[in-house]
Amino acid sequence: MIAETGLIALWIAAAFAALQACLGLAVLKAGGEDLMRAVRPVAIAQAVMTATAFGALLLVFYRTDLSVKLVVDDSATTLPTLYRITGAWGNHEGSMLMWVTILALAGAAVALFERRLPERTLAATIAAQGVIALGFFAFLLFSSNPFARVYDVPAEGNGFNPLLQDPGLAFHPPTLYVGYVGLSVAFSFAVGALLTRDVGPAFARAMRPWVLGAWMFLTLGITAGSYWAYYELGWGGWWFWDPTENASLMPWLAATALLHSVTVLATRDGLRAWTVMLAVVAFSMSMVGTFLVRSGVLTSVHAFALDPRRGAFILVLLALYIGGALALFGARIATVSEGNRFEPVSREGALVVNNLLLSVILAIVLIGTLYPLFTEAMGTKVSVGPPYFNATAGPIALILVAVMAAGPVMRWRRDQIVAVGKRIAIPAVLVIVALAVALWWAPGLHILPLLGLALAAGTAAASVAPLWKRNLRRTPLFTWGMVVAHFGVAVSLAGMASESAFTQETLVAARPGEMVRVGPYAVRFAAIEPVAGENYTAVQATLVATRGTATPITLRPAQRTFDNPPQQTSESAIATRPDGQLYTVVGEPVPGGRWQLRLWWKPFVTLIWLGGTLIAIGGALSLIGRSLPRRRKAEEQSGFARFR
Amino acid sequence: MSLRTIRILLWLPLAAFLIVLALVAAGLIRPHDNSVRSQMIGKPLPAFSLPSTRPGQPPLTSASFADGKVRLINIFGSWCIPCAEEMPQLQTLKQSGAVIEGIASRDRPADSLGFLRRYGDPYDRIGDDSQSALQIAIGSSGVPETYVIDGKGLIRLQHIGPIGPQDIGDILAAIRDAQG
Amino acid sequence: MKAKNQRLVLALIALVALVGAALLAMSALKDRASYFYSPSDALRDHVALGQAVRLGGVVEKGSLRRETDGVTIDFRVTDGIATVAARYTGIVPDLFREGSGVVAEGRFTAPGQFVADTILAKHDENYKPPELAGNGMHQSASLKK
Repeated sequence: MIAETGLIALWIAAAFAALQACLGLAVLKAGGEDLMRAVRPVAIAQAVMTATAFGALLLVFYRTDLSVKLVVDDSATTLPTLYRITGAWGNHEGSMLMWVTILALAGAAVALFERRLPERTLAATIAAQGVIALGFFAFLLFSSNPFARVYDVPAEGNGFNPLLQDPGLAFHPPTLYVGYVGLSVAFSFAVGALLTRDVGPAFARAMRPWVLGAWMFLTLGITAGSYWAYYELGWGGWWFWDPTENASLMPWLAATALLHSVTVLATRDGLRAWTVMLAVVAFSMSMVGTFLVRSGVLTSVHAFALDPRRGAFILVLLALYIGGALALFGARIATVSEGNRFEPVSREGALVVNNLLLSVILAIVLIGTLYPLFTEAMGTKVSVGPPYFNATAGPIALILVAVMAAGPVMRWRRDQIVAVGKRIAIPAVLVIVALAVALWWAPGLHILPLLGLALAAGTAAASVAPLWKRNLRRTPLFTWGMVVAHFGVAVSLAGMASESAFTQETLVAARPGEMVRVGPYAVRFAAIEPVAGENYTAVQATLVATRGTATPITLRPAQRTFDNPPQQTSESAIATRPDGQLYTVVGEPVPGGRWQLRLWWKPFVTLIWLGGTLIAIGGALSLIGRSLPRRRKAEEQSGFARFR
Repeated sequence: MSLRTIRILLWLPLAAFLIVLALVAAGLIRPHDNSVRSQMIGKPLPAFSLPSTRPGQPPLTSASFADGKVRLINIFGSWCIPCAEEMPQLQTLKQSGAVIEGIASRDRPADSLGFLRRYGDPYDRIGDDSQSALQIAIGSSGVPETYVIDGKGLIRLQHIGPIGPQDIGDILAAIRDAQG
Repeated sequence: MKAKNQRLVLALIALVALVGAALLAMSALKDRASYFYSPSDALRDHVALGQAVRLGGVVEKGSLRRETDGVTIDFRVTDGIATVAARYTGIVPDLFREGSGVVAEGRFTAPGQFVADTILAKHDENYKPPELAGNGMHQSASLKK
């Protein structure tokens, strides 16, 4: 019954989405207070119904209702409770339902709280949101029904992929989805503004919190995903340029660009067309992210997962939404009047360069990700991996960081090169000093890590420059947000450069009792023994690592064997110290009573994720700073927010 | 000129998007799989003799294939979900007159039989390929896969992955082809 | 910058940047994309030694041997027609075994002799056979050279 309730709720929600789209369009055409008042309850009803459907799915998963096909495929009664719940979105259908749920909630929030837009633009936005939701409801109902029953109720489910049995999964996909959905709202705003030709500061201010929020969640999601892959997979890497990763990186790049251009539009009424374009691109990239990868078009390694009908459905949705928005852009944007102009040397100018560089990186990543598809159409199979992405995106990212260091100290509209030069003199000197120190201390460094370390030092200094000589208590929260986020970029860059420059690795086959060295550590292979977990058995090694006179660290990496489904996973054991991480993995037994051990010493690797977290915190600070209504008003009048 | 240039530029994003879309559509229509295609197409079935999964029946041997009759070989495993998904299609093929020989890959006979009790048993005979020896010899790298073997024992077609309702026509056509 | 045409100038700059990005990407892809070969493709096409490629096939039965260091393995990759000898140093993925499908990233050091940097076995979020392919990679990288 629960499954049917969910399905019915989903159908009703779809009907509400259709109604919402029609009402919105009617208001756009004819105007009308009454109709507009009716839109809000419709959007809320849609959100309630979708949430009901999602709740029903959670409930069938929690109860492990084996009459539902999805539960049979992806869960089992023997799973720990946490994974019986998170299993609900650890699969295609469930994650789609979660996507739509977040979308409907966001739509209701727009309908309820948005007061800044003119009525017709808001109506057009809500209509666009309804159309987007409708497409996804159709996709769920016609080709990805999460509530489908099985005719033969099996005694046990097929279990949940052990790699996904991790608390990280509870957190990672929902975060990314909130980000994607936030971008869909920005997209709807852009479409709405194009329909009414109302592209201006009011539109930008209405859109900005959604972009900020989306960007913040994407940052968190990517950071968490990177750390999850790092410790869960046991390969010692934190970014693999896998299509799945690129799919989350591309919307982030577009959202970062959008975040900066929307600020220009909100503050200076410039970059109108470009901002609208970016809003469309950002959502397009998240569509590519969620759907193309999931449909298997991009990552297909074996033909199992791809249901051609599902893929076709996605393509049609992509064509309708993105093609439609781009056509609207082509037809309408020329009639949107041009915004304010600015000198090349100005804050706007720096933000344009920022946007261009981000777009270039985005293009490089997109082309690299799609290239295998292209060659396959020509009949050759290729794979594009880190060598390509590092060599192309890496240097441009470094230039971008350099621009990022200079941008915040430039004035709006017009500035002098000499004056800017003076303001960034200290960071520039720091870069040179850091370069010299790095060259002297570690002469054999590769060029990218070397430049990365030096730039990180300079950028860290430059990012706090906007606070220079300012009353810190009177500095508005969104300025703090920018400072923290930019500082986070420097921190993350330092971690990446340090990890790729200084990581040390040891791979051996050792007997219990033997000593292995890695980096500053002497590691004793103390024991290896079997252990049993809730739904797996494991072979667990005990390693005791000592460095100098510090207290020895005990690490217990393991190889787990799950039997439903039968699969092995390796559980790395990681010790975090202020100056880095000791990362250990145990492999297979080798004749002679030996076991394979793989150990890494990764100096300052944690800075990567610490930086990512700081970036997200910066986003949160800005979001809070921008959405406190009293303070925003003050800021708009005087250019600075007053301290309360 | 400048105004017209702008107008043309405005349509460039749409053009770029359409190109990408066409590419993706091509990728979707052409089933582009990185799966390892068998190199055995057109070659005779490798020699094998597998014990029967069904107790008390004679082994399944390659010699029994070159008797002038077209057969399907379907590699499956009780542990394989797509294999269960394709069972209705195998039944349809059987009703259309196809003779299907099953190869139980890396499976225990008891599990294989349990699987067939649950999802239906379309097989004429079943060979127990617990070491996946035949599977490798025939060039299969995954489960399920289905092969069309003609009356002379030549491998005519390899179908990788589960047989969907849309694949039945192709397979029946391949069987007709093999009958000459 | 003449204010009159600022929009056009910006649009042209954006266009130039993106075309530049595309050209950079295409030129980098030319020598950094790695091609996928089966053993018979590789032997027929005479893949240049030292070029990064992917080799896909099945680990031949009885071919897997471990060196005395305990972490280097030798095995043969076959597609039923041709066979290539491969060597790998590292912890192999859990799904790697004789008779299972394998994709190895690396290079040929001599004709018919392959050195793998990375071994990929594959799995899926759906329940898939223990040895088989699906979406998502399960890999283990070898020591950095």
